[in-house]
Amino acid sequence: MTLDELQRAAAEERANQRKVACHLHVCTAASCLSAGGGQVKQALEQELAERGMRSFCQVKGVGCMGLCSAGPLVAAQPEGFLYGHVTPEDAPDITRSLVEGRPVRRLAVSTDLPFFRRQLKIVLENAGRVDPERLEDYIAAGGYASLLRALSEMTPQEVIREVTVSGLRGRGGAGYPTGLKWSTVAKSPDADKYVVCNADEGDPGAFMDRAVLESDPHRVLEGMAIAAYATGARHGYIYVRAEYPLAVARLRTAIRQAERAGLLGNRIAGTPFSFHVEVRLGAGAFVCGEETALMASIEGRRGTPRPRPPYPAEAGLWGHSTLINNVETFANVPVILREGGEWFAQIGTQTSKGTKVFALAGRVLNTGLIEVPMGISLREIIFEIGGGVPEGRRFKAVQTGGPSGGCIPEQYLDTPVDYESLAALGSMMGSGGLIVMDESTCMVDLARFFLEFSKGESCGKCVPCRVGTAHLYDLLDRIVRGEANGGTLAVLEELSDLLRHTSLCGLGQSAPNPVLSTLKYFRQEYEAHLEGRCLAGACGKGGRA
Amino acid sequence: MSRLRLATVWLDGCSGCHMSFLDMDERLIELARKVELVWSPFVDAKEFPEQTDVTLVEGAVGTAEDEEKIRRIRARTRVLVALGDCAVTANVPAMRNPFGRQAALSRAYEENATRSQGSPSSEIPVLQNRVRPVHEIVPVDVFVPGCPPSAHTIYYVLEELAAGRMPDLSGRTRFGA
Amino acid sequence: MNAGIKTLKIDGRDVSARADQTILEVARENGIFVPSLCYLEGLSPVGACRLCLVEVKGASRLLPSCVTRVEEGMEVTTRSERLERYRRMILELLFSERNHICSVCVSNGHCELQSLAEKLLLTHVHFPYRYPRLPVDASHPRFVADHNRCILCTRCVRVCDEIEGAHTWDVMGRGIEARVITDLNQPWGDSESCTSCGKCVHVCPTGALSEKGRSVAEMAKRRQFLPYLTMMRTQR
Repeated sequence: MTLDELQRAAAEERANQRKVACHLHVCTAASCLSAGGGQVKQALEQELAERGMRSFCQVKGVGCMGLCSAGPLVAAQPEGFLYGHVTPEDAPDITRSLVEGRPVRRLAVSTDLPFFRRQLKIVLENAGRVDPERLEDYIAAGGYASLLRALSEMTPQEVIREVTVSGLRGRGGAGYPTGLKWSTVAKSPDADKYVVCNADEGDPGAFMDRAVLESDPHRVLEGMAIAAYATGARHGYIYVRAEYPLAVARLRTAIRQAERAGLLGNRIAGTPFSFHVEVRLGAGAFVCGEETALMASIEGRRGTPRPRPPYPAEAGLWGHSTLINNVETFANVPVILREGGEWFAQIGTQTSKGTKVFALAGRVLNTGLIEVPMGISLREIIFEIGGGVPEGRRFKAVQTGGPSGGCIPEQYLDTPVDYESLAALGSMMGSGGLIVMDESTCMVDLARFFLEFSKGESCGKCVPCRVGTAHLYDLLDRIVRGEANGGTLAVLEELSDLLRHTSLCGLGQSAPNPVLSTLKYFRQEYEAHLEGRCLAGACGKGGRA
Repeated sequence: MSRLRLATVWLDGCSGCHMSFLDMDERLIELARKVELVWSPFVDAKEFPEQTDVTLVEGAVGTAEDEEKIRRIRARTRVLVALGDCAVTANVPAMRNPFGRQAALSRAYEENATRSQGSPSSEIPVLQNRVRPVHEIVPVDVFVPGCPPSAHTIYYVLEELAAGRMPDLSGRTRFGA
Repeated sequence: MNAGIKTLKIDGRDVSARADQTILEVARENGIFVPSLCYLEGLSPVGACRLCLVEVKGASRLLPSCVTRVEEGMEVTTRSERLERYRRMILELLFSERNHICSVCVSNGHCELQSLAEKLLLTHVHFPYRYPRLPVDASHPRFVADHNRCILCTRCVRVCDEIEGAHTWDVMGRGIEARVITDLNQPWGDSESCTSCGKCVHVCPTGALSEKGRSVAEMAKRRQFLPYLTMMRTQR
């Protein structure tokens, strides 16, 4: 498919869609599906068929609309009415309202909420709009135009320059400048380079990558193909956890569709550029999100990290120069090429450009998936977009960065969300998990929860992480149970220091963060536990089991 | 100059460290000029003296009685020395720890007993579920690893303490030595 | 000027090295002691025990000297208060992880863990001992694997794979549950891939792998074969 053909196909699909007066968008991402979205979609289709309204209105399965706590969600287009907690029994009312042109009041979710107004969707621009299982729909939304334009109108260096100008930084957590990474791989003389998409999202409470893959898989493929063109790679892998069966299925469908359309595979769009993508399933090890462990796993070996350097750009998969980026990073790329790097660089802060997708979870009214401009404050995210803490309870802390991140207390809620500010607070951007805690959460118990996770996910290769996480967990467990003595906090601190500075990979180096940040901001809770009291009243007499 | 008030204690251990102490042989006589043995398995004092300068502890803490003893001793001692691997690491007595008290008792007194099977009566101290090194119970001032530490090492430690210095054990002994 | 030769400073001493050498190799060549347990000359380095971490001027992190290549003008510090503290703590973690009872071990007096503790002035372990319950595999006719004494350095795994070519040993499980295994976690004596060459036993730094019939303190390891085997293969 050449650029001309692509544009023709897009126009044709748009014309076809215009023939139908209205569309019912039913969320078919994992969260709404598990709430019964599949049955809702079926009921709506049946209802329309029975009323002979199929040429008037079409039901379309789409990706995540964000407000997962109100799922299953249905949106009536073009009016833009949004319905929440929809059941199959609501199908007659919804179809009737299409004819009458009035919303179904009892199901309506206001789209004027700060939850919707305060967001800025770049990565998720198609989520909730296109059918993730139809290539035509993605193309109609302008998909693959960036890739084909790059192939026909830009040199690889120009692509990299655009990405560099955009200021995009890795969305997997560490925030390494994407343009720099690309140019390093591009400069490698290796004839056999690889592009890898890290979709091994494993933080408890995080589901950003899953939502992107389930909602708009072609965007990630397009981003990868652009990266491959820019760096000179011909093979790509998407390493995705097997616990995401829907994301895996949609990715596989998308790869097949793109190959058939000549948008992936040999001589893409009639150019000499070839790029093949394969899906590799992760078997459920958190450490495989670490790039060297991930590569070992792709190669079929035990997924354990190795010391860097050499970095993957120098010696990655099978010793070849390899570019590894996260799902969200790749998903930003088509937009950057479409709108230009300078456009992208206007969004966000001095050091952190663009937007960030967060999975909002925990004690907050609106849980779900959000995309916000970098630099927005945590307070805006939690109290405006999130709608604050439910049940009249008091906010206590927000945890960012999952088991590698830390807890941020109320006095820092006005901190702008960017890589440096969060790190300065002892937390990190991480891949985008954001868990809100209220006064009923015991921070010692919370630290124990994350250490239990890190202990279970440590690969066991290096001594500090293997034994240190186990000791940290045991010590926290004793504190929670009220069995620890006065010297325990000092041991926690020195072990945390050891892990941070001597562990082999990021897992061990950042595993103490939940301990250190809670010790820093909530030390009184630890001290009370040493005296057998839980300030949050969460841990019963003698501690929580 | 007044003599150093020295005590030696035997908790959960084999008495090998005390044997090594006796192996100081003729140096014991020399030592007697510098130290006064106020409490020890070697002497017949009934109550641990209130003000003790140095106590050498052999053995790990394996019973409630051991624990009570070491707490009392700690309170009455200026410099507490963990003497030998059992006191320092819990060593051989701790080999029952992975299995727990009950498994150890039944292995010793039931499975392997040919006559009068049955766990010991209530008149002897009850085993704790885990044997622990001394420093897990009370603060320890000097650690002297070794199984046992040599007579030479023990002599050095006491000589230094008698001279009012803290002994530097680097290169003098090791775990298992 | 030969581009393949680098000059650098280790602990303030000027030393020279081939460009393909690691900091650890060059330090040892020059008689500078850097502790290590997973590293063994002749096997591929893995940087897992973290004992050989050194400070390199300009580097934000401590670097494992066994896998870090020398660079021109590098300034390396192998001894500092901080490094010694970390090294002692790492040894403490190893001692507290499993059931290391030096006094009754076949390798008492010949053990690298034990001698490093002595060298790094470790007098006691201030982390709580974990006392896991671990198996002893005595199913092999000539050798014993005692997991109580294993420190997961993976020298056995590497020597079996890289030198003997049998790949009988590997690691299973994660984190604190990780263990070395023979074949697919079958008893060593049932292993069909094991050639009974005994290399694993002799590269093992502790008493975890030993020859049958050895009593306390009788299991001294012979490792001289390894550099020669590697040399014969690479330089012949």
